[in-house]
Amino acid sequence: MADQTLPVPGTLDVTPHQHAEGTFLEWLHDWVVTVDHKKLGILYILYSLVFLVVAGVEALYIRIQLAIPNNHFLAPDVYNRVFTMHGTTMVFLVGMPILFGFANYLVPLMIGARDMAFPRLNAFSFWLTSFGGLMLYFSFIGGFGLYGAGNAPDVGWFAYAPLTAKAFSPGNGVDYWALSLIVSGFGTLGTAINIIATVLSMRCRGMTLMRMPLFAWLMFVVSGLTLVTITPLTAAQVMLLIDRYLGGHFFDTQAGGSAVAWMHFFWIFGHPEVYVLVLPAFAIANEIIPVFSRKAIFGYPAMVAASVGIGFVSLGVWAHHMFTVGMTSVENAFFVLSTMLVGIPTGIKIFNWLATMWGGKIRFATPMLFCTGFLFQFLLAGLTGIMLAVGPWNWQLHNSYFVIAHFHYVLVGAIVFNIFAAIYYWYPKATGRMLSEKLGKWHFWLFLIGFHITFDTMHFLGILGMPRSVYTYEADRGWGTLNMIVSAGAFVQAAATLIFVYNLVISYFKGQEAGNDPWDAWTLEWATHSPPPEYNFCTDPVVRSRRPLWDLKHPEDPDWKYE
Amino acid sequence: MSTIPTLETTFDQPWRLPSRGRVAMLSLIIGESAIFTIFVVAYIFYLGKSISGPTPQQVLEIPIVGTICLLSSSFFIWLAELAIEKNAMKKFMLWWSVTIALGAFFLVDTAIEWHKLIYEDGLTISTNLFGTTFYSLVGLHATHVLLGLIMLSLVLVFTLTGHVNEHHAERIQVLGLYWHFVDAVWVVVFTVVYLLGR
Repeated sequence: MADQTLPVPGTLDVTPHQHAEGTFLEWLHDWVVTVDHKKLGILYILYSLVFLVVAGVEALYIRIQLAIPNNHFLAPDVYNRVFTMHGTTMVFLVGMPILFGFANYLVPLMIGARDMAFPRLNAFSFWLTSFGGLMLYFSFIGGFGLYGAGNAPDVGWFAYAPLTAKAFSPGNGVDYWALSLIVSGFGTLGTAINIIATVLSMRCRGMTLMRMPLFAWLMFVVSGLTLVTITPLTAAQVMLLIDRYLGGHFFDTQAGGSAVAWMHFFWIFGHPEVYVLVLPAFAIANEIIPVFSRKAIFGYPAMVAASVGIGFVSLGVWAHHMFTVGMTSVENAFFVLSTMLVGIPTGIKIFNWLATMWGGKIRFATPMLFCTGFLFQFLLAGLTGIMLAVGPWNWQLHNSYFVIAHFHYVLVGAIVFNIFAAIYYWYPKATGRMLSEKLGKWHFWLFLIGFHITFDTMHFLGILGMPRSVYTYEADRGWGTLNMIVSAGAFVQAAATLIFVYNLVISYFKGQEAGNDPWDAWTLEWATHSPPPEYNFCTDPVVRSRRPLWDLKHPEDPDWKYE
Repeated sequence: MSTIPTLETTFDQPWRLPSRGRVAMLSLIIGESAIFTIFVVAYIFYLGKSISGPTPQQVLEIPIVGTICLLSSSFFIWLAELAIEKNAMKKFMLWWSVTIALGAFFLVDTAIEWHKLIYEDGLTISTNLFGTTFYSLVGLHATHVLLGLIMLSLVLVFTLTGHVNEHHAERIQVLGLYWHFVDAVWVVVFTVVYLLGR
């Protein structure tokens, strides 16, 4: 394998590994009190994988309920809780933590640092986030105050006013929703601050900003976006709690308050949030596509500029979620145009990835398969996004299954695909063992087929007029067959995910030894052991180009000659 | 595994990166600004939309003394920052204490104002929209002053026990950044609530 031709001197500690044998309690204590960015990164990722399975099961409940007309598999109130919890969990307990988990694990390694800028803040953020998640799920049993049946939030993941007012949502479901998201929001804020400080203040010598791996660049942009995205949500939720507990009137229309204000505040968070989730997916593609195309990334400065551009433009598009609310035509026109504008930097990125693959010696290992799937699906998701950005089209299809299909194309087709790609790509670094390629290919093809069965079909349902968040529908609507197909696809995806989980477990014990650099890659994390020691690098690395390991492997033709 | 200088160990150019404390505090300030922006926008948006009294014109008085205290505290914390850089610990303690006293006076002033509003004018957070937005915006700011005062007082305690010296100048300055931010926010809140909103 590649690492046999690649001594990475200086960064490696060659003293033989000493296996510290400890009791189970010592091992557990070690993980609970750890401030090591790699362990915290793994904790983040495992935490979100658990919730990925939980929210996936909730999705299956939804699909069973909707598979046939007039179904009563779930009670109506349970159905409301399940789709609310599915959305909230996927966005806040899966998407954000898993991407910050990757940032945690990889950013310090990629920039040649020994840890994040604030290791203890890092641990604090993780435990806040995890407490937020547990509190949200505690509502299932504790929503009425621990006597009798529980009451999880059932107001939709965007929790529109006035449904969230005390009069319409008695019990504590909404309070759990608001409080747990405030708590995990503070955790997210801490991590974002930490990543910004790490990227700006901890880079190894020679790593100027324009030599930084694009992964680190995008995580930096995401963290900056998070600073101004999560905080409006926190503010809005504080207002909601003031309304519910102190008799405030922010969203109380009878006292002059405004329910539309909640929509604005929520989507000022909610739309940039989509970019907070998708930019890390881009970050993953930026690392994987060049390595498996055997070419340097095409248009590095354009990629950086496009990412920063997306970050800024995404702050000005939120009201495209609100075309049907009845805004003025000036507002409508502004948000149509700003939404289309965001397509430009995104398009630049797609062309850059294609140009990277163009003429490359492409190896279709599992990570690259997932990234290629991502490219196709993200393009389609972007196109339906442009369609929905057109005001009149939106008036027709708002809150229909077309919208559901569009954003699942982004969230699953782009983000989940790239999360899988990232796990296949970096699992060898984190564990020292390869994931099984055979199981990986099964996982990819099954998931791809299931994905398209489910989410392609949803577009048709939306155009036929099926609204989102409905409990059931009449047989004479003609939605029955299509819904059955959508549900069948969901189970194919579930089967693929089971293969993936099996692969994660079995490869940890029986996987092929990975070595330090199994993919013949170019960024600094592959220059150290797999798994990396606690201090990452024996000596602080020094870099002279964007691909330090290329320079190392090809001293006759190093990158820095061309910079 | 020999010693080929691959990931090189020599680096001749100067390599300076910004202080992580400052970067982190500035990031926090950006995030906090977004929270305040939402509350300020809500205050402006709901101005005059209350369907019952009292209104800002009837009950609000400009808290001129409190404002002077809070804003001048920014000047004294700056003097303290200069003092600790030169290891003039006596001076540092003096200016630091003055800052705390001024901040505390601002909070007392707010407390007196709120007492009057609640017990004489009958304005609480649930009375009308003005009450809701006023107490949440001014209260959010007062919470930040309170948090700042707790941190400033901790530093004072550590200084009195002799644990702070000129090596901590940078950390003190990072804390100073937060205090300057709290003061700057008051300029906005003051303008919106007491000047434009009356």
